[in-house]
Amino acid sequence: MIGLSHYLIISAILFSIGLVGVLRRRNLLMLFFATEVMLNAVNIAFAAISHYYNDLTGQMFAFFIIAIAASEVAVGLGILIVLYKKHGSLDLDDLASMRG
Amino acid sequence: MFENFIASVMTIEGFAFYLFSILTIGLFSVTVLSKNILYAMTALASGMVLISGFFFILGADFLGVVQLVVYVGAVMALYAFAMMFFDATKDIKEKNTNNALVFVLGGLSALVLVLMFAGPIHSDAIVALYPMHEGVGNAQDVGMVLFTKYLVPFEVAAVMLLVAMIAGIILAGKKMEDSLTEDLSSDDEILTIKDDK
Repeated sequence: MIGLSHYLIISAILFSIGLVGVLRRRNLLMLFFATEVMLNAVNIAFAAISHYYNDLTGQMFAFFIIAIAASEVAVGLGILIVLYKKHGSLDLDDLASMRG
Repeated sequence: MFENFIASVMTIEGFAFYLFSILTIGLFSVTVLSKNILYAMTALASGMVLISGFFFILGADFLGVVQLVVYVGAVMALYAFAMMFFDATKDIKEKNTNNALVFVLGGLSALVLVLMFAGPIHSDAIVALYPMHEGVGNAQDVGMVLFTKYLVPFEVAAVMLLVAMIAGIILAGKKMEDSLTEDLSSDDEILTIKDDK
């Protein structure tokens, strides 16, 4: 039988994939993709816990996460377009203006 | 142990679970590791379709449909539109200092995060706050809870989406008449052709 831990493990694996992407990527668009992967991984965990504890709260949180992801993409892509117009590239190393 | 695994794969739920798991892990790895934006986006979109499969297995039908409509329909379409502004065919060059170190650090910090959040849960002590009802469809159940117990967050989320929409329009719409591509001469050609007519 597939238990709750199966789903939590797959969610943790997908979350780590997303986290590796966030740490490794230098391109802003790819960074956005990696955050989408992480949000989806968390949604799986919420849906699984909701199913195995017979509770709807998990699904509610997943809905709000989807709403937040949608607005994040809308604002983020706007900022990306503005940055691209200004710098002509989406590479974080090119965009870094503060040297410390 | 191994017989258990084989037996669980033989059931429909188990087979679907393992199939979706392998495919999502593969597709999301392509998303994270690929050099080409187009490949990464396609892999991300198909991975999200498969994640809605997880939701359907788990009985969260409405969540699965929302995942398909919002993520695969709206979010990926938005990315596809945004990619028209950027050069998507070109491979992106990234300077990666130390790959192995990043992999180890990413895995370790993810493990720590999971342990931090999963450790304190005494799973027996959890009581269902809004239990599901027998014989009621998932969409109906979700609607009942969403529009009674979560009405205020729902409205706040609606306002947030409106604000995000306005912000997106304002940010992306600024100087829309300027061409983003480097080659401005192609635009002039089009204009001259139009003038000749």
